[in-house]
Amino acid sequence: MLRDVDFVLRPGTIHTIVGENGAGKSTLIKALTGVYQAESGTIELAGERVSFDHPSQAQDAGISTVYQEVNLVPLLSVARNIFLGREPRTRFGLIDLGTLNSRAAEVVAELGIDVDVATELGALGIGVQQMIALARAVTTEATVVIMDEPTSSLERREVDVLFGVARRLRDQGAGIVFVSHRLDELWELCDEVTILRDGAVVRTGSMAELDRRSLISAMLGRDIAEHGATSFSEAPETESTTAEVVLEATGLRAPGRLHDVGITVHAGEILGLAGLLGSGRSETVKAVYGALDTSAGQITVRGSRIRRQSVPAALGAGVALLSEDRKSEGIVPELSVRDNIVLAVLSRVSRGGVLSRRRVDALVDRYIDRLGIKLSSPTQLVSELSGGNQQKVLIARWLATEPSVFLLDEPTRGIDVGAKQEVQALIDELAEKGLAVVLISSETEELVAGSARIVVLRDGEISETLTGYEVENSRLLAALVDGGAASDAPSAEGAPCPDDAGDRA
Amino acid sequence: MTDRTEVEVVAIAGTSRSRVEQLARLTQRNGALVILLALIAVSSIAYPSFASAGNLSQIALQAAFLAPLALGLTFVIFTGGIDLSVGSVFALGGVLAAWASQYGFLAALLVPLIVCTLIGLIQGAIIAGTSIPAFIVTLAGLLFARGLLLALTQEGSETYKVPAEAAFLQLSRGSFLGLGVPVWIVLILFAVGVVVLHRTSYGSTLLAIGGQPDAARLMGLPVLRSTLIVYSVSGTMAGLAGALTASYTASGVTTLGVGLELTAIASVVLGGTLLTGGAGTVVGSLVGVVLLQVVANLINRLGLTNSNWQAVVNGAVLLVVAVAQVLLSRVQARERERRRGGESAEADGADRAAKGDGAGEVDEVGGAGAQSS
Amino acid sequence: MKATAATASAPVKRSTSLRKWIADYGVYVALALLVLVNIVITPHFLTVANLRLQLIQTAPVLIVALGMAMVIGTKGIDLSVGSVMALSAAIMPLYIGYGTLPAILVGIVAGALSGLMIGVLVSSFGLQPIVATLAVLIGGRGLANVIGGEIKNLSDPGLVSLGTGSVLGVPYSVLSAVLLVIVVAFLMRRTTFGVMVEAIGGNRRAAELAGIRIRSVLVTVYVLSGVLAAYAGVLVAARSQASDPRTLGLLMELSAIAAVVIGGTSLSGGRVRVLGTVGGALLMQLIVSTLVSHNVADSISQMVQAVVIVVAVALQVGRRKS
Repeated sequence: MLRDVDFVLRPGTIHTIVGENGAGKSTLIKALTGVYQAESGTIELAGERVSFDHPSQAQDAGISTVYQEVNLVPLLSVARNIFLGREPRTRFGLIDLGTLNSRAAEVVAELGIDVDVATELGALGIGVQQMIALARAVTTEATVVIMDEPTSSLERREVDVLFGVARRLRDQGAGIVFVSHRLDELWELCDEVTILRDGAVVRTGSMAELDRRSLISAMLGRDIAEHGATSFSEAPETESTTAEVVLEATGLRAPGRLHDVGITVHAGEILGLAGLLGSGRSETVKAVYGALDTSAGQITVRGSRIRRQSVPAALGAGVALLSEDRKSEGIVPELSVRDNIVLAVLSRVSRGGVLSRRRVDALVDRYIDRLGIKLSSPTQLVSELSGGNQQKVLIARWLATEPSVFLLDEPTRGIDVGAKQEVQALIDELAEKGLAVVLISSETEELVAGSARIVVLRDGEISETLTGYEVENSRLLAALVDGGAASDAPSAEGAPCPDDAGDRA
Repeated sequence: MTDRTEVEVVAIAGTSRSRVEQLARLTQRNGALVILLALIAVSSIAYPSFASAGNLSQIALQAAFLAPLALGLTFVIFTGGIDLSVGSVFALGGVLAAWASQYGFLAALLVPLIVCTLIGLIQGAIIAGTSIPAFIVTLAGLLFARGLLLALTQEGSETYKVPAEAAFLQLSRGSFLGLGVPVWIVLILFAVGVVVLHRTSYGSTLLAIGGQPDAARLMGLPVLRSTLIVYSVSGTMAGLAGALTASYTASGVTTLGVGLELTAIASVVLGGTLLTGGAGTVVGSLVGVVLLQVVANLINRLGLTNSNWQAVVNGAVLLVVAVAQVLLSRVQARERERRRGGESAEADGADRAAKGDGAGEVDEVGGAGAQSS
Repeated sequence: MKATAATASAPVKRSTSLRKWIADYGVYVALALLVLVNIVITPHFLTVANLRLQLIQTAPVLIVALGMAMVIGTKGIDLSVGSVMALSAAIMPLYIGYGTLPAILVGIVAGALSGLMIGVLVSSFGLQPIVATLAVLIGGRGLANVIGGEIKNLSDPGLVSLGTGSVLGVPYSVLSAVLLVIVVAFLMRRTTFGVMVEAIGGNRRAAELAGIRIRSVLVTVYVLSGVLAAYAGVLVAARSQASDPRTLGLLMELSAIAAVVIGGTSLSGGRVRVLGTVGGALLMQLIVSTLVSHNVADSISQMVQAVVIVVAVALQVGRRKS
């Protein structure tokens, strides 16, 4: 997960750790806060060597963490939450409510949060709750405060206040680690940056010296994995546009996640879906597949409208989704490879609810053979396979549904190089046979090599669409960096995000 | 740097709850009290004898024998756990008290309390130390306590009697200011319970364990110790309820308490404590106990002499309240979502026409529902 | 703060192969050992009459445990089974005038309805299984008491023969239990239903994304559990030729859960072990009968059972991961 990572946090600075999913951000944080124990390496705090077997030890040492989900008790008052476990006591050992409230009020006022500390925490908005979590960190006299994606569910103005609090903390001399997938926030708030990729540090230094472009290219690793690491053949550029439209989704909306997203995919076409973490890539394909609560939108497959928010309807219409999260949304670990493959086509391999061994075997053998899944027996538990082979089992599951639209969310993440090339070649082959493919990947090369068109998403909206000669790595990187501002694509009307104002680089 | 006025705006925006949300919240917390008051009012009109001092104090006394159990259980449920052994432990407590009453008042009170606390402690240790679900441990505890009770009473054939002159009898039969001693004990216990919940860090820790178990651990709260204590106290409370009952009946009835845990759970849930843990009130449980007692009183008056109706009512109450809790939480969550969604929708701007990604949107056949699945 | 050359990886799951082996085969080893011990210490253990008695007494627990195993397979729990047994046994005598079979059917329909209600509450209202089934555990027995009242003697010849009759020396109750084991094993191993049950328990979100209709599977599972419990209630009443709603099926939920878990079905769902459940039910029965045949008092026997259950479950689920 982490390989030889060095990380230095100076007092009085706000330091951000950035990286795509799986780069090792959360592992690093967990190692720093005592949730995981590092296999090797040391942690020094104010010059002294420390080691934590448990999060509470890290906390006692002055490392405080504010998580994305507020980890406080909603039923207790603000003041009780701030001092939970360390309340001031009266002579009788009871909580001294007077002192508690006045001290809490001081802390809160000092941080510039105006809230009645006697209010039940659950009655407050998420943003205020985050600030209370931060206030709690302050009162533990933390020298290090780690903020893990604290802004992901906050409104813009809530973010402003939270930043104000964070800056005050910094000015009081605390070292703050800040993690956010909203990149613009980084320049607004942070002094220093450490970029992680594949569990290693690729760059560390001052935030001001880094522009958005170099940050993103370092995150995505363009400089390392230059062209040609993939085995996609050249994408067909002309035929696809005249081919039949297989999937058309318009006006997809999901509160807070998607704002009017639409995609169209033709038979035999690979449509790339690009965007940074949190841009709405996965949400878009999930919305198409009926696995996301949407408030509006139309999905049409081969000319027929399908019901929104219904997975069976999407499956029945020939849509398949290979989810990004193999573990929690893909494999059923305690079932055999066999059962995992037939899971989505149970009705096809059975008669009257009774599984037909012959049909199951035929289907399973065919896909094991076709995808080259390495196993000792189809009855082996899927959890015993390697990541790459598990991924192939899932691809087999979806191919067995004989889809006409295949939505692939990060199909090559977390699998070894060999398996990766096989999967890429397979996607290519599927498209050549007329399947409509939507491909999501964090690796720009993979998208560029594979896709005929690339839709770039940002903050839940389409910011740009690259077609023809535009499908090229530096062009895509630029689109990811600028979010469509410098684009001549039809989506130019999509105004640049207000967040850009905070870009101080 | 952010200025104060802006902060104020945020805080205020965060506090405002919609009326629907507030109503749902109030119902969740105080529904039982409203029902109780309404029921008392209606019954007093329908049955003049209902509101008599005698009947009311009888109801209070009946409730007092169940209330300690419900109190202990309330704290267990705060942590997201459950204690199904309380009925058996209650019976055991009664038998122990009746047996020990021959050795004096203190013995009659302390023996059941100590033994029952120990049983609770063992259960708590198993629950805290292993990942066996609480309901299995305490179901086994139910069996164990019942077995112990049988072992103490020659397989249930011997019923210990409290000596007629024993001071122990006064524990339940005396009264003060018109209310029976058990009622006073219960009132004091619940007052202590309220203080523990609201004025000690132990109370906060319990709520944290139930609401956010991971957070409780991350915050370095004493999760193991609190779990131990909470099951021990549940044992103590069940033992006390048993002792009070033994004092009242002047004997250790071996067959008491079967299914009592379920009545206790029903009253706790009725009082607005979430069975999922992390939220609830102490006073609500008392209201729940009294409410079920009033219902029992009414069942008698309605001529349903079969006392088994009480169990049917308890089960139905539990179901209705549990479903209501789920629905009320959903209403609150939806309202909260709407509040946030509304804010972001404003910022979202006007709808833009759906963008085509290229050519070829010719075949638009509005075949909705053409798919069969 | 300074972290130097930290190399970390996610903690490895501490599932030792020994623990897995105990979970998979421990029940059979324990069963074999207990049988051996009994052969040595219990007089007349290896007689046809005794073995027959053991099987007859195991049948109801086993039948209930089969339903429980399926419920636990979906990551649920059914605490209502004991009360459902009492309920069906209480309702049945009211309809005995219409004939044996209709009366039994009415009892079983009652179980199905209770399961249906639980299933809907769990799948559509999102109630926790433990809460929904707890409510039926309370209310169900109350209802059984209200309906059944005092102990009813059942002298219907059809019921009597169900309780005491046999084919080729095999008692009806044992025969039906064996048939049900085969049916449930077939359901779990050879049908789409079995795969769906285990998929829901193993990874509910994945099952949902694979287009499995979670609600109908859950409702079916709870209905099956209710039906099996109701049938077990009928069997117990038929054998004792009496229906006592106050005690019939009391604590059956505990015995059934113990049988299932001891049989190697994980409480966290995802895997249903039918044969293991048979072993678990036999083991539980044999422990009780060993104590009884050595004149151990009922009180001690109950305490021993309580300890055995906790220890056995502890062996299966292991220590809390910290």
